[in-house]
Amino acid sequence: MSSGIPLQYFLILATIMFFAGVYGFLTRRNLITILMSVELILNSVNINFLAFNRYLFPHKLEGMFFSIFVIAVAASEAAVAIAIIINIYRRFTTINVEDVNEMKF
Amino acid sequence: MINFSYTIWIPLLPLLMFLFLGLAGHKYFPKLSGIIGTCGLAIITILSYITAYKYFFTSEKIDGAFQKLTAFNMVWLQFTDKLHIDLGVLLDPISVMMLVVITTVSLMVHIYSLGYMKGEKGFERFFAFLSLFSFSMLGLVLATNIFQMYIFWELVGVSSFLLIGFYYQKPSAVRASKKAFIVTRFADLGFLIGILILSFNTKTFDFITLTNPTGTAITQGGGAAFLGLSIMTWSMIFVFMGGVGKSAMFPFHIWLPDAMEGPTPVSALIHAATMVVAGVYLVARMFPIYSIAAPVALEVVAYVGAFSSLFAAVIACTQTDIKRVLAYSTMSQIGYMMLALGVSGYGGHEGLGYMASMFHLFTHAMFKALLFLGAGAIIHAVHTNHMTEMGGLRKYLPITHMTFLIACLTIAGIPPLSGFFSKDEILAAAFEHNKILFAVEYAVAGLTAFYMFRLYFSIFWGKETHYHHTPHEAPYTMTIPLMILAFGAIVAGFIPFNKLVTSDGKAFESEIELMIAIPSVLIGLLGIGIAYIMYKKESAIPDKLATTFKYSYKWAYNKFYMDEVYLFVTKKIIFRYISDPVAWFDRHVVDATMNGIATVTQTVSFRIRGLQSGQLQKYAFVFVSGAIMLAILFIYLWK
Repeated sequence: MSSGIPLQYFLILATIMFFAGVYGFLTRRNLITILMSVELILNSVNINFLAFNRYLFPHKLEGMFFSIFVIAVAASEAAVAIAIIINIYRRFTTINVEDVNEMKF
Repeated sequence: MINFSYTIWIPLLPLLMFLFLGLAGHKYFPKLSGIIGTCGLAIITILSYITAYKYFFTSEKIDGAFQKLTAFNMVWLQFTDKLHIDLGVLLDPISVMMLVVITTVSLMVHIYSLGYMKGEKGFERFFAFLSLFSFSMLGLVLATNIFQMYIFWELVGVSSFLLIGFYYQKPSAVRASKKAFIVTRFADLGFLIGILILSFNTKTFDFITLTNPTGTAITQGGGAAFLGLSIMTWSMIFVFMGGVGKSAMFPFHIWLPDAMEGPTPVSALIHAATMVVAGVYLVARMFPIYSIAAPVALEVVAYVGAFSSLFAAVIACTQTDIKRVLAYSTMSQIGYMMLALGVSGYGGHEGLGYMASMFHLFTHAMFKALLFLGAGAIIHAVHTNHMTEMGGLRKYLPITHMTFLIACLTIAGIPPLSGFFSKDEILAAAFEHNKILFAVEYAVAGLTAFYMFRLYFSIFWGKETHYHHTPHEAPYTMTIPLMILAFGAIVAGFIPFNKLVTSDGKAFESEIELMIAIPSVLIGLLGIGIAYIMYKKESAIPDKLATTFKYSYKWAYNKFYMDEVYLFVTKKIIFRYISDPVAWFDRHVVDATMNGIATVTQTVSFRIRGLQSGQLQKYAFVFVSGAIMLAILFIYLWK
């Protein structure tokens, strides 16, 4: 089944997702969207883990476990991040990241 | 052996008093602290008398000589096995004699201050400082080693500083206290250098080892020579420099007249009876070394003493502030003591000068404290220091008048008062040793009588002055010490010092030599006579004399411009040519370097602080760019 799709395709997809995520992280102003971009980045890494595991070490499971682990961390991270965003909204009545710039010189 | 270990409480009790009064006095018993301090001092006075009695009359003598006893000793700082600094109590004739002097005068001053300082702001602070001073002075005289002496020497300087500056809101008092401290501190530098040289050469601090006339310190100490004098001589000259500062000898005398800014009881205690004789005590303590190993240094002592006594006596004749007259008189009398030590030899009748010096120290403490306390009573009554504003006070202050007269007769050397005996011994010692010094001291004896009676007649006789309110006699707390001290001044001369306090501890025979005694009494009477003619009634003679000898009068009146000389040397020479360039270097080179570094750092940080914008995405951008750049570096360039 794996012979159908070459490894490069997975890697190209992961790269596109990763840079889409980075682009979104750098350009979007809405904190929620930035959080979504971070999820994109994390998932692109997951794809890499799975693809490499499947294609290079098919008899091992470390890649699988790692991606499950990343999913779990991403879920808890999203929960924490959303809690922070809610607090920021209460404090500044905005979630525009450019307006949240208290921490400067 | 008699147990003297309780003597440790003699210095410790005033220290406890100082802590107690200093910490708790102000808050809990400001009124009572005077009584408490006086009681504490009364206890140690009694202890000192007991000690003196036991030491002089019941302690064992070896070879007919009083022994030096170490009543208490502890190692205070242990550096190595051989190098350690001890604290302890040393009893020998001079330290026991000083115990009696210090505690007696100090007790009198305490009682007197109860009246004199009553109602002053800082009453309890005053008594706390007096206790501190008593502690330091007792520690000084009881020191077992030269380093302990140095420590207490400095403590005495500090308490003197605190007491001169007691009226700290008065700028002149503050100036005077600073001056006293700096001048004596400068002289103490010489003392420290002397201690270091001495102990380096003799490998010991301990007085008993140092002053043993047959010990290695004296017989082998002065080996190497420098500029023609042995190292021992140099060290003793440096040690004497400390004594010169503390005892207000020429040229370090300039602080003493200014120190009269302090309260009068302080002047009586510190600047007349006890602290200023510390220099004499120091020389006496080291006397075997001076006499046997460093005779040149002893000559220096003699000449400094003689010159100071003449110099101060001349100035005293022209001053009008009564306390300053007494200050110069003190300087002159201490010069006498120094001279007596300087002309003395070691052992037996040779040591006449030593005995005379200690004798004069004792009698001087009595009559000079009496004079100062009397002056305090006068100032208390008329609220001025200047004798030109006084006159005819004998009617208003009968007790002060009588005691002051006794003190003046004593210092003038009229028999049978104590000053006669001690001064006679000094003159006899000087006569045997050096005729020139004898002539100087003989002249000074006349001058002393003259200026003391000039003071006496101007205050108590002279013209009738109208006072704003009628002067009244001082309260009993002030007159009783006067009477006790007057009694001391009368009878102290009959104490057989030649049996008790001698250079080698053995008694020797000495008697009044009529050949010396009669002329010295005559010149004293002559001085009194001249003063009587000039000042008994208002007369034009003093003014005429002052006009005739205009320049010499002006020189003496301005204290031979010694203060100006000091100011010139410090301001025009040391400040301008040493301090100013050093200050310039400090400001323009050292500080400028540091300021430059700070300025550069600040400028750079102002420039780059814009990077810290608070914009999260900018940071992320930098971070991602860096990551990409690192990736490129690793992939393409790292091969």
